[in-house]
Amino acid sequence: MGKARSAGARRKAPGIPVGARGGRARPNPNPFEVKINRQKFQVLGRKTRHDVGLPGVSRARAIQKRTQTLLKEYKERDKSNVFTDKRFGEYNSNISPEEKMMKRFALEQQRQHEKKSIYNLNEDEELTHYGQSLADIEKHNDIVDSDSDADEPGTLSAELTAAHFGGGGGLLHKKTSQQEGEEGEKPKSLKALIEELIAKSKQEKRERQAQREDALELTEKLDQDWKEIQTLLAHKTPKSENRDKKEKPKPDAYDMMVRELGFEMKAQPSNRMKTEEELAKEEQERLRSLEAERLRRMLGKDDENSRRPSHMSADDLSDGFILGEDDRRLLSYKDGKMNVEEEQSREASDGESEEEEGEDSGEEDPEESDDPDGHSDLESDGESEEGSGTPEKERRHAPGKRLTSDGQKAREAARTELPYTFVAPESFEELKSLLSGKSIEEQLLVVERIQKCNHPSLAVGNKAKLEKLFGFLLEYVGDLATNDPPDLRVIDKLVVQLYNLCQMFPESASDSIKFVLRDAMHEMEGMIETKGRAAFPGLDVLIYLKIAGMLFPTSDFWHPVVTPALVCMSQLLTKCPVRCLQDVVKGLFVCCVFLDYVSLSQRFIPELINFLLGILYIATPNKQNQGYTLVHPFRAFGKNSELLLVSDEEDMATWQRKSLSLHWASGLKAQTKTEANHTRLSCLAVCLALVKRCVLMYGVLPSFHDITRPLRALLTEHLADCSHPRELQELCQSILTEMENQKHHCQPLICEKSKPVPLKLFTPRLVKVLEFGRKQGSSKEEQERKRLIHKHKREFKGAVREIRKDNQFLARMQLSEIMERDAERKRKVKQLFNSLATQEGEWKALKRKKFKK
Amino acid sequence: MERDPGPGGARRALGRLLEAVLASRGEANAVFDILAVLQSEDQEEIQEAVRACSRLFGALLERGELFVGQLPPEETVMAGSQGATRKYKMWMRHRYHSCCNCLGELLAHPSFQVKELALGTLMKFVQLEGAHPLEKPKWEGNYLFPRPLFKMVVEGLLSLEEDRSLLLSQFREYLEHDDIRYHTMQAASDVVARVANGHPEVPLIFCNNAFTLLSAVSLPRQESDISSFYVRRTELLDKWKVTHLKEHRRAFQLMWLGFLKHKLPLSICKKVLVIMHDSILPHLAQPSLMIDFLTRAYDIGGAISLLALNGLFILIHKHNLEYPDFYRKLYGLLDPSVFHVKYRARFFHLADLFLSSSHLPAYLVAAFAKRLSRLALTAPPEALLMVLPFICNLLRRHPACRVLVHRPGGPELDADPYDPGEEDPAKSRALESSLWELQALQRHYHPEVSKAASVINQVLSVPEVSLAPLLELTAFEVFERDLKKGPESVPLEFIPARGLLGRRDDLCAQHFTLS
Repeated sequence: MGKARSAGARRKAPGIPVGARGGRARPNPNPFEVKINRQKFQVLGRKTRHDVGLPGVSRARAIQKRTQTLLKEYKERDKSNVFTDKRFGEYNSNISPEEKMMKRFALEQQRQHEKKSIYNLNEDEELTHYGQSLADIEKHNDIVDSDSDADEPGTLSAELTAAHFGGGGGLLHKKTSQQEGEEGEKPKSLKALIEELIAKSKQEKRERQAQREDALELTEKLDQDWKEIQTLLAHKTPKSENRDKKEKPKPDAYDMMVRELGFEMKAQPSNRMKTEEELAKEEQERLRSLEAERLRRMLGKDDENSRRPSHMSADDLSDGFILGEDDRRLLSYKDGKMNVEEEQSREASDGESEEEEGEDSGEEDPEESDDPDGHSDLESDGESEEGSGTPEKERRHAPGKRLTSDGQKAREAARTELPYTFVAPESFEELKSLLSGKSIEEQLLVVERIQKCNHPSLAVGNKAKLEKLFGFLLEYVGDLATNDPPDLRVIDKLVVQLYNLCQMFPESASDSIKFVLRDAMHEMEGMIETKGRAAFPGLDVLIYLKIAGMLFPTSDFWHPVVTPALVCMSQLLTKCPVRCLQDVVKGLFVCCVFLDYVSLSQRFIPELINFLLGILYIATPNKQNQGYTLVHPFRAFGKNSELLLVSDEEDMATWQRKSLSLHWASGLKAQTKTEANHTRLSCLAVCLALVKRCVLMYGVLPSFHDITRPLRALLTEHLADCSHPRELQELCQSILTEMENQKHHCQPLICEKSKPVPLKLFTPRLVKVLEFGRKQGSSKEEQERKRLIHKHKREFKGAVREIRKDNQFLARMQLSEIMERDAERKRKVKQLFNSLATQEGEWKALKRKKFKK
Repeated sequence: MERDPGPGGARRALGRLLEAVLASRGEANAVFDILAVLQSEDQEEIQEAVRACSRLFGALLERGELFVGQLPPEETVMAGSQGATRKYKMWMRHRYHSCCNCLGELLAHPSFQVKELALGTLMKFVQLEGAHPLEKPKWEGNYLFPRPLFKMVVEGLLSLEEDRSLLLSQFREYLEHDDIRYHTMQAASDVVARVANGHPEVPLIFCNNAFTLLSAVSLPRQESDISSFYVRRTELLDKWKVTHLKEHRRAFQLMWLGFLKHKLPLSICKKVLVIMHDSILPHLAQPSLMIDFLTRAYDIGGAISLLALNGLFILIHKHNLEYPDFYRKLYGLLDPSVFHVKYRARFFHLADLFLSSSHLPAYLVAAFAKRLSRLALTAPPEALLMVLPFICNLLRRHPACRVLVHRPGGPELDADPYDPGEEDPAKSRALESSLWELQALQRHYHPEVSKAASVINQVLSVPEVSLAPLLELTAFEVFERDLKKGPESVPLEFIPARGLLGRRDDLCAQHFTLS
């Protein structure tokens, strides 16, 4: 049945009367115009969009559109000049006529204004209203008012006025023109018209008066009601005023209690305070989970959902810090008496800050004012211009706690000098200028304050600023390290700041570290390419490596920062020949850092063994017999092959084991020969300690003895050479026994059993269909691509169809033009023939007449 | 000769003299003045004089105003009773000779401009003299080339005292011409032989110069390529030796063999070996003659042996050379420094080639694998990334060696049966051992190395890993690769920092102080 109907509809479709070309959808269309696309099967969940269509209507719409655009173009195809209507908004139907008029008027005014002399200071522009001077209107103001108030028939409505005087408003123009049009249609006498208008306006007036009376009545009623309610609400309103003036009446204790209780009810129930044990337990739990995470990364097991644990420093810097909170505290520092008042004033200022925040300040106020040392408020108020950032509470947050203990006074002095807010530096030079010339504490304070003032929670751009700050600080650290002598103490403190910043912005911090590492490596690579070997880099690179190990977990199987740092250290140990004592210290430091990196993961470092072997070698006199081979940076013979050899008996006797100074790494020169010799022995001691550590660490490796064979050979040589101090000899001996103690275990290697390859099965593969109508079994990108291709194809087809239809339309138009022309011609020819025939007929008739005569 | 001060004056004066000599034979004695300026102190003046000489004798050579034929000594010329013209020509020829000698001496002048100019002038004379020979052709179509003059030039280039590499690079452009190249080769062999016979130890500077010159000589590949001649000839006769590539090759071979048979410094040896396979061996008439040098180099040990390997390989591979104990020597070459030398990539490329044969005995391959893995214990990461796949490839190629990584039911041993000190791979007992070293390297700090070493835990996959991209790997590349790897999240350290050396059980803190 449906089929028949649709067929019928299709048949009917072309023959739709022209009347249907309305372009607007009718509420109930002619059933003969509707085409229904029959669905072959009902599929649940499928959306059908094109089940009903109105071909006639849409065709009519298309044709109309073409006549409006294409046909117009076609007709104007040979015309070069165009008539443009530049009146403002003439063809814009979105603007209402009034608006249009306003705009036009404004434009006109503007144009006029522009043309006028700009030096004309006296404004002689006359303000008008509806085309009448405002000045004039003002004069008649009273009259008009009295008119409207009084009930006289003389009141003139706008229309009336317009009709009489022709006001300037756009609306009026239109209306009058309409009226004129009407008048043109059916002429009315002017008198009748005016009468009609008067009647109308009178009625309007009456209505208005009635309305006004009603409103008045209502207002009165409302006022009365309000008075009744007002008594109930009286105590609520004056709150804010009272606060400002500080002269509110003291409420009695009972009221206070009542209100307090009332507010307590609203308070959210919170968790009970945790006991110490619970806190410790929690912390332990947290550390355990972090450790588990670390182990997982160390083993390199890839976890898909590698959620990053939200690391919090123990001191938890990043918790809701509010700058304003601390404003008042520093007030109490002035005039030397701050130490005494510190505690109290902190309370006071706490209270006050609460008041400032003022969620429930109304309740707290009385207590506040009851506070015995209320004057401190005043004091603090007076002093608050001093600054807006403050250290004391911040320091409680800050991890650098031990600072508080030392140099209290010096700090105080410094604090009075330092400004409290700092703009985050935009360049390294800025930071440097901020920090240079200040003491350690001051520098720390400055960095701390920069962080506080630019905490990401305070403003939008602060995150980027602090991210940059990390890079600058790092650069600054490098700068300090290259100084002579290096400011290691400052670096020591700054590391804490770096750590905190790193916790906040891991990505940017890792990028900064990578950048400095790349820089160092690049420099080394350049040197290797030109000279074939590189020199040990400055202390800064070593410090960077050390810092990288403190900021990031070094035990990960793969880590974006730590792995490159490891490669970098390996390069240092393999590519840089040891040419002086300084190089030895640097190399040993790198070894220490390297071993620190792998202290948890216990990984194997061949370069390190080689390097230690080399160091041990240069501490012995050159010999021919060898159970070992030296590799690259060391050579068996040559200039530096006995660099660490100490031959002075006395120096050996006086040597005391002590830690090496990092200043050695940055160009410190030994003053005396004895000092140099002592340093040599210290280096040797460090080297032996490291060897021992390696031995302990790598004892479990399967080929431990093959790894340590050269070391053992050298150590026995050392031992044989009895000139060393006793301590060193003991160390050697202990290492050797340690080595002996490691058991051999040579279990033959066996491959893991691989899973047997499963047989091919012929069961069909089942794919879940998640969405109908979409191609399955391809990736998201592929699907997207297909969708785009499909869309393009469809659009292309549509465009082609449109073009074809355009052409058809044009052809039809041309044909009709030709036909019209032909018809015209035919008509004219016919006419001519007609006239000729009549002429001929007349002439013949005349002739016949003549003949008849 | 009156002289104006300054180079301008000298030029004008020389110009006048030149005009005079060229204009009339009567003024010929002015030549002495010009030649005198050649020995001046001022380098500007010398340059002017060289230019003047160049123009003067160039013109004379072209005009044919120099005596052609066997030149009698000057005294006999003056005393003799020949015609005046003949006398003049002979006399002028003598002047020409003394001019050339002067120019030859100028090749040792401290100023490079002078050297360059002198060389240019001499080469111009060579060209002109070749075109207008100063000796009579003995028969029709006799090939004449100013050999004595040219030999003087080459001798000047191969100085004993001074490194002439700059001048030699200038000379290089003349070597593009086939005749110059041919005669250079001949002259060079002569000079080298003479110098080597004169000195018990060949001086290093001379070796350097000679090597620079010799390595600049590159023969064309085909006979038909010999067509560009410096001395312009109207026609090329087939009977001339210089037109045959075979003769060129012979000269080439003579030159190199003559050079290499002497005891050369190690640096030169290295350089020669580096270019051996590429630009020497293919051009020799009998490449197998190079065996002496190569075996000698192979026996030196170290990097030189590694380099000699390449040449030896070509001889063995293409020229059927039988080399006894080749693999044993190759095995001997493997020592820890192999991973640290510059020619690592080349060595492992060749080693891969040598060990690619599937007909090698299992004990040999096992010994190599074991040795390499033992050495890997001291290798830097970039070398490990290359050598671990190398070892795995060996095991893949030779299934008999898989017992090294898979020995089910084997007895537990007290010590590694492999003997690292044994020179003969057959006796090293490598097949009884296992690759525990790789197991140790699974704990390497670098993740990639660790992964590469962990391959042996599974049954080795069949296709070999391509070594080509790994051979040239440098540490810097490894570093860059690590840096660029994925923008994954950055895990952070959870133990808060307390200062540079503030952490507990920090090694640095134990051994270093800040002050």
